[in-house]
Amino acid sequence: MSLEILTFSFMHRALIAGIAIAILCSVVGLFLVLRRYSLFGDAIAHSSFGGIALGLLAGVYPLWTAYAVSIASALIITKIKDRYNISGDASIAVLLSSGIAVGLVIIGLSGGFTIDIFSFLFGSILLVSVDDTVLILALTGVILIVILLLYRQLLYSTFNEEQAKVSGIPVEKINYLIVFMAGITVVTSIQLVGVLLISALFVIPNVTAIMYGKGFKQTAIISMSFSVFSVVVGILVSYIFDITPAGTIVLIAIGLLAATMGLKSSGLLSKN
Amino acid sequence: MLKVVEISNLTVQYPDVKALDDVSLVVNQGDFLGIIGPNGAGKSTLFASMLGLNTRYKGMIKFFDEDIKKSKNYLKELGYVPQKPIFEKNFPVTVTDVVRMGLRKESDENKIDEILQQLWIHELRERRIGELSGGQQQRVFIAKALVNNPKILILDEPVTGIDQQSIDLFYSILRELNSKQKITIIWSSHDLDAVNKLANHVACLNKTLFFHGESETFFSDDKLVKQYSEASMQEHMSHH
Repeated sequence: MSLEILTFSFMHRALIAGIAIAILCSVVGLFLVLRRYSLFGDAIAHSSFGGIALGLLAGVYPLWTAYAVSIASALIITKIKDRYNISGDASIAVLLSSGIAVGLVIIGLSGGFTIDIFSFLFGSILLVSVDDTVLILALTGVILIVILLLYRQLLYSTFNEEQAKVSGIPVEKINYLIVFMAGITVVTSIQLVGVLLISALFVIPNVTAIMYGKGFKQTAIISMSFSVFSVVVGILVSYIFDITPAGTIVLIAIGLLAATMGLKSSGLLSKN
Repeated sequence: MLKVVEISNLTVQYPDVKALDDVSLVVNQGDFLGIIGPNGAGKSTLFASMLGLNTRYKGMIKFFDEDIKKSKNYLKELGYVPQKPIFEKNFPVTVTDVVRMGLRKESDENKIDEILQQLWIHELRERRIGELSGGQQQRVFIAKALVNNPKILILDEPVTGIDQQSIDLFYSILRELNSKQKITIIWSSHDLDAVNKLANHVACLNKTLFFHGESETFFSDDKLVKQYSEASMQEHMSHH
């Protein structure tokens, strides 16, 4: 492998932004996976598609409208789910299809802007700007600080809502906070893997890490390490072989999952 | 005698059934109260109301002389052990992680080791909770409930589905908590014999409270015990 690629400034930005997103998706994703909300990231990503289309139509930077639409729809669907007692998977299906439907209608009304949409669907990490990188780092920093500060409340309400309530934890507020953070994380990550593959970064490193049979903090660290490894190697390999970074990143993450399953089946990992 | 819990005229009406009807009850500091009653007697509804999980009730519940609808401060003095905690078997938390969840101040980290040793589960501290037996898990949840030095411990049928050896150990732990550490215990159970051996007060619930007093009074009155057993049996039959 030629080390020359590591001297390009666009590659520096891609790797810095990619590592930040990898850590963010892994940490926020762990709470979603443990709450059986694995596809929630996917649903928010699809709703962000409507937001992106809206931004392109209105001539506003599409990620801003994507943030607004994704966060709003994630919070609204959570409220509707609680109020009308709709199951988690059904509410995810509603959110997912409404986002795509809104996006398609707006694209139809505007006469189409397929080239811009394509980069949002599949990611464009090598094109990430300095401003984008700063924004990604800032949002990652803020969300990680919030998670560290509210670590006990987040973990406890994920483990058992009823007991958390009895311990005086404001479980409903914590639930909305997780959904809010998931909305921000998804839109921030769109530049790395695109709308269609986001849930892979939320789910695969975490499912892999959980198999190692460790406690919460160690599981989070293992998941982050796998996530960062997949993103860094994925970006470099895809550049060298001129293939899509998003697909490569996700395939490497799946490779790590398969290897872990192999270790577990062979008895090298403790059974849980 | 200091009143820690005072329940007055508690009535809970669900859309199709009345779960509790005009229940009044006082628990004093140091009491070991066994709440007995057949399935559907309202024990879980009573606990849910006391813990602030059900707020749709008539009447009043006071902890330490404060109405729980006005202040949630009492939760700091309370440890709760649920019937059979529901969690994913693969949930990535160790015994230490679970006990730490109960800890209100992170500075009290040493307390975790202390409580794990006290309950003979220190050697399990790095094991995942889902790997443990039902009896061991229940001790972990007791440890979590105790880690903040609560004044009151509330246990909702805590030995459901647990082997006899673990049950005996569990009961000896409860006895010690009450007698040595002076923790007030409110405990619901199906097991009349266990209540007879452990509790110093008994509340007999079947939507209404048909007995509340010292356990000696209850268990020495054959008529009362028979009345309770018959009510239980009837309920049992109607469920089958």
